[in-house]
Amino acid sequence: MIPAAFEYVRAGSADEAISLIAEHGDEAKFLAGGHSLLPLMKLRLAQPTVLVDIGRVTDLSYIRDAGDHVAIGALTRHMDIENSDLLQAEVPLLAHAAHHVGDPQVRHRGTLGGTIAHADPASDLPATTLALGATYVAQGPNGTREIAAGDFYQGFLTSALAADEMLTEIRVPKMQGAGWSFQKFNRRAQDWAIVGVAAWRRNGDSGVALVNMGDTPVLASSVTSALSGGASIEDAAEQAAAEASPQADLNASVEYRTHLAKVLVKRALTEASS
Amino acid sequence: MEISVTINGVTHTGDVEPRTLLVQYIREHVGLTGTNIGCDTSSCGACSLHLNGEAVKSCTVLAVQADGQEITTIEGLASEDGTLHPMQQAFQDNHGLQCGYCTPGMVMAATSLLKENPNPTEDEVRIGLEGNLCRCTGYHNIVQSVLAAAGK
Repeated sequence: MIPAAFEYVRAGSADEAISLIAEHGDEAKFLAGGHSLLPLMKLRLAQPTVLVDIGRVTDLSYIRDAGDHVAIGALTRHMDIENSDLLQAEVPLLAHAAHHVGDPQVRHRGTLGGTIAHADPASDLPATTLALGATYVAQGPNGTREIAAGDFYQGFLTSALAADEMLTEIRVPKMQGAGWSFQKFNRRAQDWAIVGVAAWRRNGDSGVALVNMGDTPVLASSVTSALSGGASIEDAAEQAAAEASPQADLNASVEYRTHLAKVLVKRALTEASS
Repeated sequence: MEISVTINGVTHTGDVEPRTLLVQYIREHVGLTGTNIGCDTSSCGACSLHLNGEAVKSCTVLAVQADGQEITTIEGLASEDGTLHPMQQAFQDNHGLQCGYCTPGMVMAATSLLKENPNPTEDEVRIGLEGNLCRCTGYHNIVQSVLAAAGK
């Protein structure tokens, strides 16, 4: 399968990428690692007329200690997140979840900014950064703005990014000794999760988000409220799908997904509490 | 668009349409057909090759993205005198193939794996090859081959 024809331009910096997108209008798309966009283009589910290749904007590939959080450049690849000593020490949930994205070949190309901007509810790292309370930084023609992960995901493959904005940085709070767990249920090793759960707990505080349980990654607020109200893990996990609106597909019915969410949230909270 | 790509140490310069896939460029423009096309959806790994020393699936990379980069394909692994790469030799010694279709991709993924983890456990080999499918289901000998190449 070959994508429909398009014009290709390569940006050397974020500023250049943003002016190229502005110049080419709504039909232009950013190309980072290409492991979400190119499969869509090969299936003709996406047909941008211009690709602005940001894959060589290497100054947006970094993982930095920024005090209370770790700042990750949008073009940082999954493999670099998985292998980062800093993330393994300060945000181990994210490093661990990155190891579960696709397979090694995919992780050599795919980027954190790419998977977040793509906003696929079945992807691992949008939900993981949502559970962690990350902040995303977007740059547009009028400068930069911060978007809370909780405000970012607006619908299926739809985010708060404007057409002329580019995701430049992901800021993930340090976990400071929190217990954590990432549960991914699938049938084949490299697949998307049928249902996944990213969770952390520290004293009375917690964060839980669900993969592939609706049109967007889902923050399981009822679970975390129940926990802060003193509920047991079993009782809190019963609330797993309260915010979710899962769909049926070849792999799972709505009922099965709802059941899986409860089971996986229970497993995740148990592991995060041990 | 004119691109220049170094493949197995030789620089190839030519004009490609931006939508040309890297695997299509290597097979049809450069004429190196050792890299196979399997699923064409970045699932099966048959098209794996090394881009700047790391395994990638060349059905999901554009040729223009490889402009100015270094590529190694299965044809570039053996020495010039024909001596097989230790991974190729290990696949031969351990009969790490049945029909052979997935083999170039398996070998390229396995050499990339050992570069990142020179001393893997059997589990790490299996997980490290999760992006490569063998439809003969000949995984046992493939895993043995990779462990043998790692000196185990």
